[in-house]
Amino acid sequence: MMLDVRDLNAWYGRSHILQGISLNVERGEIVCIIGRNGAGKTTTLRSIMGLVKKTQGMVRFSGDEILSEPAHTRFARGLGYVPEDRRIVPGLTVRENLRLGLLGQQNGIDEAAAIERIAETFPRLKERLDQIAETMSGGEQQMLAIARASVSEPKMIMLDEPSEGIMPVLVDEMYDLFERMKAEGTTILLVEQNVEIALSIADRAYIIDQGRIVHASDAATLLADEGIKERYCSV
Amino acid sequence: MTLNLFLLQLFTGVALGSVFVLLAIGLSLIFGLLTVVNFAHGAFYMVGAYVGVFLLGLTGNFWVALILVPFVVGAMGLVVERFLVRPLYGRGIDYPLLLTFGLGLVLVELVRIVFGLEGVPFDVPDALQGAVNIGIGWFPLYRLFLIAVTIALVVGLWLFLEKTSFGLIIRAGARDPEIMRVLGVDISRVWLMVFGIGTGLAGVAGVLSAPMTSVIPDMGTSVLVEAFVVTVVGGMGSLLGAVVAGLMVGIIISMTALFYPELADLAMFILMAAVLLVRPQGLFGRKGLMG
Ligand SMILES: Nc1ncnc2c1ncn2[C@@H]1O[C@H](COP(=O)(O)OP(=O)(O)O)[C@@H](O)[C@H]1O
Ligand SMILES: [Mg+2]
Repeated sequence: MMLDVRDLNAWYGRSHILQGISLNVERGEIVCIIGRNGAGKTTTLRSIMGLVKKTQGMVRFSGDEILSEPAHTRFARGLGYVPEDRRIVPGLTVRENLRLGLLGQQNGIDEAAAIERIAETFPRLKERLDQIAETMSGGEQQMLAIARASVSEPKMIMLDEPSEGIMPVLVDEMYDLFERMKAEGTTILLVEQNVEIALSIADRAYIIDQGRIVHASDAATLLADEGIKERYCSV
Repeated sequence: MTLNLFLLQLFTGVALGSVFVLLAIGLSLIFGLLTVVNFAHGAFYMVGAYVGVFLLGLTGNFWVALILVPFVVGAMGLVVERFLVRPLYGRGIDYPLLLTFGLGLVLVELVRIVFGLEGVPFDVPDALQGAVNIGIGWFPLYRLFLIAVTIALVVGLWLFLEKTSFGLIIRAGARDPEIMRVLGVDISRVWLMVFGIGTGLAGVAGVLSAPMTSVIPDMGTSVLVEAFVVTVVGGMGSLLGAVVAGLMVGIIISMTALFYPELADLAMFILMAAVLLVRPQGLFGRKGLMG
């Protein structure tokens, strides 16, 4: 098992946000977490990544308990994360943002080769390597955020609402990319509000509501179940 | 009043400004990454001068002292960040501010106890004594040297920030420390190094000033005010801002000293007020850095 989360609790100050989340992701799977705004999706990913101060429970990555580790060691284990707001570093070029994705890696990936390869996978970035990253469109910035998180070839990558606010053409392109990443062996944990498209490529899905998992099934089952989608996913 | 006198005074201002530049770069780097307003910066500058005195006495060699001082003072900075400042992260900007303010006082008192209140002599090394004709008149060789060292340090630092991986980490970490952690960078190690580099620069500024001012325990106090004015004028966190504003303040001080001495102490504050009115974030600062 790639990721095994059991009874994960998280707090912001005194508010108890995650109240016993359990979920798992098998090697090579695409698993999707859906749920309405404020349900706790982002907090779940941030807790798994090590960005929430107060957490409790168990998070195993590739067999090792990681909940007590800082974020940067989790990355070094091969856990990539694309945050909701993309976090493209202002003032830096596309190339420099990509380089950031290689600084903490321990896979010995050569920088020039990696950037070359990324430029193949993301043709949109290729032409813009020396452009200041924030001057690109939202969709291109999202592509860059994904490229930056995957340039070090992580075992698993977590993405927080990658399709939000992005042109449909680019969303399709992005989802093609996820399928290719999966085919190349990357495990993916995907948070989406865009339920239909997420479920179309996911193997399994969880629904989260008020900090709890309220539904778990394979994606196809959920895709067919209008009632449950209506109940937990309408905004 | 001749043009040459004017130009010479301009040069004097540049030499004075060089010291401000070195101090402000350190302050600015430390603030830009750690959001620590380092009130001990003047004390590190003073300690740099005294460590220089000590090393000069020990080795009899100015160059050895000059090269070792930044490492000694930088190492002190590492210890201070690791054991005093670090426990205060995440508690708001005033905690480290008060801590470093207190630390500055302690350092000044310690030096006072060890070396006394009297100024300690620090001679210009033989090779740098005298004056040279720079075309517009005779200018003290040592000040030219100071300007040259500052240029070398600024260019070196710029290359370091722009061309190395660690420099990239520093630039990105100043904008978004969290994404650096997500990308596998141990950001607390970066903060440690930056505090060390910043205090090391303060130390070097201190030892470089030593032959031109009197080496006394209080020497860092007034210079700290000037360095803060420079950082505010240039924009907190901006290297270019520190350089431009440092030179501006140096030149303004030396020009008013020549033309209108009554205003010499006030001029830089007038400049600061004027800049803040037009650009609250400083000449090269980013909006909302404090937010
Ligand atoms: N930094 C924060 N401080 C306090 N509360 C927060 C913070 N971030 C999120 N929350 C709260 O935690 C809950 C879950 O938020 P989040 O995980 O962002 O939900 P989602 O990503 O599913 O929309 C919400 O009620 C939100 O208001
Ligand atoms: Mg969210």
